[in-house]
Amino acid sequence: MDLNIAGIRVDATEEGYLTDVSQWNKEIAIEIAKEHNIELTDKHWEVISWLQEQVKNDIALSVRGIKKSGVIDIKEFYALFPGGPLKVSTKIAGVPKPKSCI
Amino acid sequence: MKNLVILGAGTSGTMMANHLVSKLPKKEWKISIVDQYKTHYYQPGFLFLPFDTYTEDQVKKTGKKFIPKGVNYIQKKIEKIEAENNQVILEDETLNYDILIIATGSKIAPEETEGLLGPLWKKDIFDFYTFEGALALRNKLREWEGGKLVVHLTEMPIKCPVAPLEFAFLADSYFREKGMRDKVEITYVTPLSGAFTKPTCTKALNYLLEEKGINIEIDFAIERVDNENKKIIDYAEKEIPFDLLVTIPTNMGDEVIERSGLGDDLNFVPTHKHTLQSVDHDNIFVIGDATNVPASKAGSVAHFEAETLTDNIILYTKGYKLKEEFDGHANCFIETGNNKALLIDFNYDQEPVHGTFPFSKIGPLKLLKESVFNHWGKLAFRWIYWNMLLKGIAIPFVSRNMSFKGKIFDIKADK
Repeated sequence: MDLNIAGIRVDATEEGYLTDVSQWNKEIAIEIAKEHNIELTDKHWEVISWLQEQVKNDIALSVRGIKKSGVIDIKEFYALFPGGPLKVSTKIAGVPKPKSCI
Repeated sequence: MKNLVILGAGTSGTMMANHLVSKLPKKEWKISIVDQYKTHYYQPGFLFLPFDTYTEDQVKKTGKKFIPKGVNYIQKKIEKIEAENNQVILEDETLNYDILIIATGSKIAPEETEGLLGPLWKKDIFDFYTFEGALALRNKLREWEGGKLVVHLTEMPIKCPVAPLEFAFLADSYFREKGMRDKVEITYVTPLSGAFTKPTCTKALNYLLEEKGINIEIDFAIERVDNENKKIIDYAEKEIPFDLLVTIPTNMGDEVIERSGLGDDLNFVPTHKHTLQSVDHDNIFVIGDATNVPASKAGSVAHFEAETLTDNIILYTKGYKLKEEFDGHANCFIETGNNKALLIDFNYDQEPVHGTFPFSKIGPLKLLKESVFNHWGKLAFRWIYWNMLLKGIAIPFVSRNMSFKGKIFDIKADK
């Protein structure tokens, strides 16, 4: 479906995850973050680029993987993206919702 | 003579020994299977042990009974796989191999969670993924007088992903039958965003939780267990109190995979998901829970994998290209209590749907709907496991790849 975020038309899933990461930009990220009452700091941006890098390299995302990221520990991750940090952070980063459901 | 070595004589390893013994020419190939343990457990039965539905004897047999004649059965500890030298180091000998099949499975790793192995372990905190754990829990439940029962799942992936939920359903029935359901509060705690691991299941089946009065806590990623105050606490500082905690600890592949440097973070071996060949070594194949493929860790999956893998091993010995055939097919009964069960059928890409199984329109089993028939199916499966599955006998009318016949695609999957 189509979504209009920050005045830009993007393709997204029903849950609001971008389906084409090339449509993502910082304005969109800021807008999605606002919906989750998050104001993006430098640390947030660092996590966002790390997530995008992982997805680009086809590495599955998991909370466990965060431990080894070297960017952030799990505790901070929860503090930065409250309420299901992996779900929220991937939405902001414009990457697919992680499938950890097998 | 060439050597084919199978590591692990659980469900997958035993099936592969039975398949290959009749397919590989005896004059050219010697098949060996290595496992240090003598007992073969029917692991799906661990779910029923705590509720006194099955006895100890119904879930274990001597492993040797299932290893076919003509296969060299070695009961020794595996120290290390040296993939660069095509060797497996055992406690007191070294095996050379031309083809290696890794079937070392997965097991619980409670030490991964802080406080889980604290003073309450096996007193008020139990697992049922081991024979000993399931028995200890049975003894606890026999005398438990009620309170807050928390059924908890640490992180994915786990063996038999539906088992924790089945445990909650069966617990509801168990306490009802004992006439003490009003004394027990059941809460199901999951790191996922819904009770079922598959979104279509959550949509179709959430009513079951309501009907049974089971509370649910989602998105709970456990950080530690507070033994003193009897609480589990997650990274967001959410606290859930318990009187009795039944937990599924982190599941990991065997330590031998770590010692051999062949695994990922969880000691699962990177494996090509359609051929079951290991990513790093052409002459190593991986099956069952030991792989990192994104399929359920379940006996039915291992059964379907074994059929594809057998073909691929034969192709490999002849120097042909491997079949990219395995589709992640899983077929699972889900006990819902009160002698009813659900059946789900799915693969890598297709989520569980409604319909009939295995025959289009006829069934007799219904997909994604509760029925008594399905429950009988689940109980009959124990016989099928010991008498057909382990021996590598194909289950009639159930094909290795998922069939789309008789299925109704009425639930939209989230992509």
